[in-house]
Amino acid sequence: MGRTSTFLLSAAAAVLAGAMPALAAWQPQKPIEFIATAGPGGGTDNLARAVQNIITKHKLTEQPIVVVNKGGGSGAEGYVYGKASAGDPYKVIFGTSNAWQQPLVSKVAFNYTDLTPIAAMAQDEFLLWVKQDAPYKTAGDYLKAAASADFKMGGAQSKDTDEVLTRMIEKAGKVKLTYIPFKSGAETAVQLAGGHLDSHVNNPSESLGQWRGGTQRPLCVFSPKRLPQGPKVTATEGWSDVPTCVEQGLDIKQYEQPRTVWLPGKVTPEQATFYVDLMKKVQATPEWKDYIEKTSQVDTFLTGAEFDKFIKEDLEHVKQVAGEQGWLVK
Amino acid sequence: MENLQELLHGFTIAVTVPHLLLMAVGVLLGILVGVLPGLGAPNGVSLLLPLTFGMQPVSAIILLSSMYWGALFGGSVTSILFNIPGEPSSVATTFDGYPMARDGRPTTALATAFGSAAFGALIGVILITFLASWVAQVALAFGPPEYFAVYFLAFASFVGMGGAAPIKTVVALAIGFAIAAIGIDTVSGSVRLTMGVDELVKGVSFVVAVMGLFGIGELLVAVEEEFHARAVSSKIDWREVFRAVGRLPRHSVALLRSAAIGCWMGITPGGPTAASFMSYGIARRFSRRGRHFGTGEVEGIISPETADHAAGTSALLPMLSLGIPGSATAAVMMGGLMIWGLNPGPMLFVDQKDFVWGLIASMYVGNIVAVALVLLTVPVFAALMRIPFVVIAPLIVIICVVGAYSVSNSYLDVVMMLGFGIVGYLFKKLFYPLAPLVLAIVIGDKAEDAFRQSMLLSKGSLGIFFANKLVTCLIVGGIALLLLPLALQLARLLRKPAPSTDGTAVQEKVII
Repeated sequence: MGRTSTFLLSAAAAVLAGAMPALAAWQPQKPIEFIATAGPGGGTDNLARAVQNIITKHKLTEQPIVVVNKGGGSGAEGYVYGKASAGDPYKVIFGTSNAWQQPLVSKVAFNYTDLTPIAAMAQDEFLLWVKQDAPYKTAGDYLKAAASADFKMGGAQSKDTDEVLTRMIEKAGKVKLTYIPFKSGAETAVQLAGGHLDSHVNNPSESLGQWRGGTQRPLCVFSPKRLPQGPKVTATEGWSDVPTCVEQGLDIKQYEQPRTVWLPGKVTPEQATFYVDLMKKVQATPEWKDYIEKTSQVDTFLTGAEFDKFIKEDLEHVKQVAGEQGWLVK
Repeated sequence: MENLQELLHGFTIAVTVPHLLLMAVGVLLGILVGVLPGLGAPNGVSLLLPLTFGMQPVSAIILLSSMYWGALFGGSVTSILFNIPGEPSSVATTFDGYPMARDGRPTTALATAFGSAAFGALIGVILITFLASWVAQVALAFGPPEYFAVYFLAFASFVGMGGAAPIKTVVALAIGFAIAAIGIDTVSGSVRLTMGVDELVKGVSFVVAVMGLFGIGELLVAVEEEFHARAVSSKIDWREVFRAVGRLPRHSVALLRSAAIGCWMGITPGGPTAASFMSYGIARRFSRRGRHFGTGEVEGIISPETADHAAGTSALLPMLSLGIPGSATAAVMMGGLMIWGLNPGPMLFVDQKDFVWGLIASMYVGNIVAVALVLLTVPVFAALMRIPFVVIAPLIVIICVVGAYSVSNSYLDVVMMLGFGIVGYLFKKLFYPLAPLVLAIVIGDKAEDAFRQSMLLSKGSLGIFFANKLVTCLIVGGIALLLLPLALQLARLLRKPAPSTDGTAVQEKVII
């Protein structure tokens, strides 16, 4: 009965929509839950809270927003929750490329197809970092040294973005690296500063303080062109001074970590559109620019077909690496 | 000396009317989230974080760190009164705090806990003031093998001391390790032990386990024993608060030892939880009244509380100077630092002197504000114990259910919590120790990660645990702590070859 009346209502709405498009748009009627697929304090959590703040400050919706952390199982907890909330447009899930990469390599009970993609809102870059006093000045030197020694590469989590990139470096640079997984990028950075590792591939924000403090420095960035000009990080250098890895003979053109936003599966297109528009409005605010700059991320906005294409391409790529490493699960 | 000057400058920033008000607000909010189980300091701080974005960074961190102090204090309240630890680090406080409160001395228990906690925090903050740069270097020396060695030391100091039959301790530990293994494994990335329950991928939350094991478990035992609605005749006696605090200096050895353990674990960074367990374990071995631990001993409260707060305070130092959070709350604050546009790391001490020293000065002042406020609330909290058991028992069930649910808004957590309640009850009935079980749940997976990371580094050779002086000392220390009780017993046996009747008595003791 309830379903029939909803159907009738939406049918009525559709009819009305023809006449008065402005009235037909779906609007939330109760509080919205933002699910960060990471613990408090991490990059994903920061994004969810930044978006929450911007929406509240600019009153982009009438309804209050609560941020809930479901970061268990490297984020799987949040995605599984999203899957279980199918049809509920009041749950917005914030994650990374984990949403499609994790199901490839571990037996988690969700896939990204269980969710409705909304947008990829920002891209985090990856860099190759070494200890400040390491003898190599370029990625080329690093690869040469790695070829004849047992190099230890640290990273966050296992079979996740960091390890995928490590395996890509092995292949492109024809070297062998021992990958040591830690809980987070911050932990990895400290291990490098202490000299327990030879290198890692942290995002800019994860190692900014360490670079400024002179305990480690980036060799190159995995991006097609150098990062945009910004304020200097150390006395002499800023992000734009870091060469691309391709420039230095490490042929990996692009590797990025998108920050992604999802709704549960089986929501209506109107509901999805509402959130796409909401995120677009968020992105137009000065606070968003501020957030992007402070976290040294790249501002992007992929949605709809573009986002789908991005996921498909990334998926193919990760599948290839995972297949070569024997990580794929059935 | 230079540090002292900086500190004095810091005081001029921290001791202003708006900042003192912020501290009071932060502490009160902190006590609130600390007392409400399932909320806890990390959640409280992350709830408050968005409000601070418009503030000056130094005001923001003063508010958040005051909340942290408040929550640390508040967490002890439920541990002592209801046997429900709100934070992992206050589990060890329940061992003697709860029996003491139940015996009709809740005021003494609370005041002792708060007094020693303040002492621990003070030592921690003094350490930060004078040894900041040295401490930062120590923390850097810790790689995976050193981490493992620190956890090993914590296990050894706690497990080796006996109390229960050794085999039961091992069984409890093993069950704890198995529970800690549930969910996604950091090192291999695979899902373990979810037994077909999809949601278990998140692992078992500490809060859920502890509320069941301690809160519900204790309740079941009490119900069975027809807990005579012991309307604990605790008068609201303000003088007792001061008497209890005044008695603290008599336990100066325990205070100093626990503070040292706490600072060491906070810096290294084993964290407050490992610190409090380790301190309790060591106190039990070395205290003159160690035998009576678990029945409401004063030193059984002092040791974990002092170490917990010393570690909690000194854990903020690695966060500031290295950008590695020593606790979950520190991690949230670190996220805050980034949003305020500050980058934790060695340069913070150079670039942001006002911020760093304002914060350190606020730790002195904030802790004084916190302990004053919290001591004022002692009689109020203690009065809760006068509520008859028939009223309080259902309340505890409600608190546990709501607390378990609010961890991640999950019904499964409530079911698990009740399951843990039954486990806790069975453990008590069968005389299995709960402490090793909890310790394994809390730091079992960290110890496992560190061990396997070490094995990756060394390509499978155990030699890595003896590769340098630091790790060798830690491991040897751990082994020594494990074997000490055995060695003492052996020595006693050898020294006094007693007649056969006495011999069996001694043997009996070895088993116990």
